[in-house]
Amino acid sequence: MSIKVYIPRDSAALSMGADQVAMQIAVEAARRGASVEIVRNGSRGMHWLEPMIEVATEHGRVAYGPVAPENVAELFDCNFLYGCQHHLLLGITDELPWLKNQERLTFARVGITDPVSLEDYIAHDGYRGLSRALSMAPADIVQEVTESGLRGRGGAAFPTGIKWNTVLGCEAEQKYIVCNADEGDSGTFSDRMIMEGDPFVLIEGMTIAGLAVGATKGYIYLRSEYPDALLTLNEAIDCACKNGYLGDNILDSGRSFDLEVRRAAGAYVCGEETSLLESLEGKRGLVRFKPPLPAIEGLFGKPTVVNNVISLASVPIILDKGATFYKDYGMGRSRGTLPIQLAGNIKHGGLVEKAFGITLRELLYDFGGGSASGRPIRAVQVGGPLGAYLPESQFDTPLDYEKFSELWAVLGHGGIVVFDDTVDMAKMARYAFEFCAVESCGKCTPCRIGSTRGMEVMDKIITGNQPTRHIELVRDLSDTLLNGSLCALGGMTPYPVLSALNHFPEDFGVDASKTAA
Amino acid sequence: MEATNFSSIQTHIDQYRATPGGLLPLLHAIQDDIGYIPEESYSPIGKALNLSVAEVHGVVSFYHHFRSQPPGRHVLQICRAESCQAMGSAELEACAKSRLQIDYHETSADQAVTLEPVYCLGNCSLSPSVMLNEKIHGRVSPEKLNSLIQAARDSK
Ligand SMILES: Cc1cc2nc3c(=O)[nH]c(=O)nc-3n(C[C@H](O)[C@H](O)[C@H](O)COP(=O)(O)O)c2cc1C
Ligand code: SF4
Ligand code: FES
Ligand code: FES
Repeated sequence: MSIKVYIPRDSAALSMGADQVAMQIAVEAARRGASVEIVRNGSRGMHWLEPMIEVATEHGRVAYGPVAPENVAELFDCNFLYGCQHHLLLGITDELPWLKNQERLTFARVGITDPVSLEDYIAHDGYRGLSRALSMAPADIVQEVTESGLRGRGGAAFPTGIKWNTVLGCEAEQKYIVCNADEGDSGTFSDRMIMEGDPFVLIEGMTIAGLAVGATKGYIYLRSEYPDALLTLNEAIDCACKNGYLGDNILDSGRSFDLEVRRAAGAYVCGEETSLLESLEGKRGLVRFKPPLPAIEGLFGKPTVVNNVISLASVPIILDKGATFYKDYGMGRSRGTLPIQLAGNIKHGGLVEKAFGITLRELLYDFGGGSASGRPIRAVQVGGPLGAYLPESQFDTPLDYEKFSELWAVLGHGGIVVFDDTVDMAKMARYAFEFCAVESCGKCTPCRIGSTRGMEVMDKIITGNQPTRHIELVRDLSDTLLNGSLCALGGMTPYPVLSALNHFPEDFGVDASKTAA
Repeated sequence: MEATNFSSIQTHIDQYRATPGGLLPLLHAIQDDIGYIPEESYSPIGKALNLSVAEVHGVVSFYHHFRSQPPGRHVLQICRAESCQAMGSAELEACAKSRLQIDYHETSADQAVTLEPVYCLGNCSLSPSVMLNEKIHGRVSPEKLNSLIQAARDSK
């Protein structure tokens, strides 16, 4: 019987040479007459160990990593197919503390299954949510999602069930489900890992959303920087269509749902839902005025659910196990789990799915192992380029939407970018203005012009030119952006800018006592 | 515009003219095929999709991904976003520019490499990252970037 060897096809693993390792293993196995079946799985999320390969043994899957192509021959010499003591041996995968200490609900299958095998998906509890949904009235599906407490994971944390209910309540001959897979925030990759590691869970979630609100067509708006995700998604969609899980008459239910992937084109603002809809309609991604809400007049003027990948991919387990099961995780009004992404200057970067309530400190040190450079961690930016910087004194904050907003910070899409003590926070504030200038859709003057002005003023501060006076200007500009922007790109650029200034005034050439807001 | 390009562009136009919101998929198809969106194509695209040349131009220029000039044989994108900055992307940026003797949005004199900035490749746990053509590379050191550039220059 052939032995299964798992080598991830996730693009993080590919970026470290997983394809070359896979090829080398195939070549070596053939040369030695070893019977090996290579499975290209998703990533387990321990990215510092990529490419991490696993061998299926009678004791469970055993992991080795990080494996370089030059290690492959030694691994065979050492008989790794039957469990050896090679220095790259990590142990039984499921027993590794990093994984064992997580609560993987949305990511339950990622890294375990073959992402494009429908058989594997079903064998690991896939499509149970859909089969239950098919037996329910639309309003009951919406009710289940509302009761689970699921809030949008794309950034704004709006209750998913309430959004669905608005769309359900609209009369229209056509409604749409749009999946926001534009994942533009630095420090985030959970959407990508789902699409590359378990695309069927997203397809299932969107199909359930379609049943719930009466939509028969779905689009996945995928950022153009994710070519591997595009291939995996299309492979899975084809397979779902061929097997009656998409298309007309899903599983002989008389219901239909079609799904199509559309590529974005490298504009950050197109992650904003109305800009995204403009882009899907083939236009420039200018942000729309609200109202009308997309739920009422969305894509092509029709009622539309716009949800993030993780929001939609969390729906199948909620339908399968029930709202109460999901709601029992978490704290306060933040229910369920959050796939957290550890990035930047961190020793152990990757994906951690945990119930809300875990603290930043636990994530940074227990999971993350401190900085990659070995130097002290000075600041973290949570929630992408529009998120605040937090200093060490705030590391005991639990991950909870409300606790973060009390600190004038956001959780956003759950990305945490770590900086050590070599960071210059004035430069990071300058970059926040620069990013806003590069990505502004141009509709509002403060965002379009003020961001460039902000960069110029920061340049003066950085060169030590009258910092106190120029800091006043930065604060004024930030006020204008906060109050005069149509969307959060302009409206939240002050978060990274002012948090950097307030927590790290010494980097702006002034002492703390003089900069109180 | 070369005649061969023109006929392939027409094929793409015919494929997407009836697709709802078909302009972006059409522009992707053209750029995937010939590497850029020639300005001469704006008029036939506009005619087929019922848009003015100015509207087509507006869309092409709005999106960072689309280019209206042919790129070099390879496209190198360096991630400039926060996570990669935290791991030294500024050094990679400076090195690539000095080695290729160009700035962002330019092509090296030997036509081998077009250099572009990118804002996150979703590989932030393995920063700094770059993308060469459609392939992402993680934990890129200056030495690794050098050898990627050299390989790109040596290959056709
Ligand atoms: C500038 C900007 C960029 C955004 N980018 C994204 C993104 O990449 N992905 C995403 O899901 N939401 C993004 N959002 C939030 C969306 O507007 C919207 O709230 C979200 O897609 C709704 O889905 P959810 O309720 O499931 O989170 C962005 C918002 C703004 C203002
Ligand atoms: S704040 Fe900026 S990105 Fe948002 S709508 Fe206004 S100009 Fe466009
Ligand atoms: S910030 Fe560079 S890959 Fe995400
Ligand atoms: S010369 Fe230093 S990275 Fe290219």
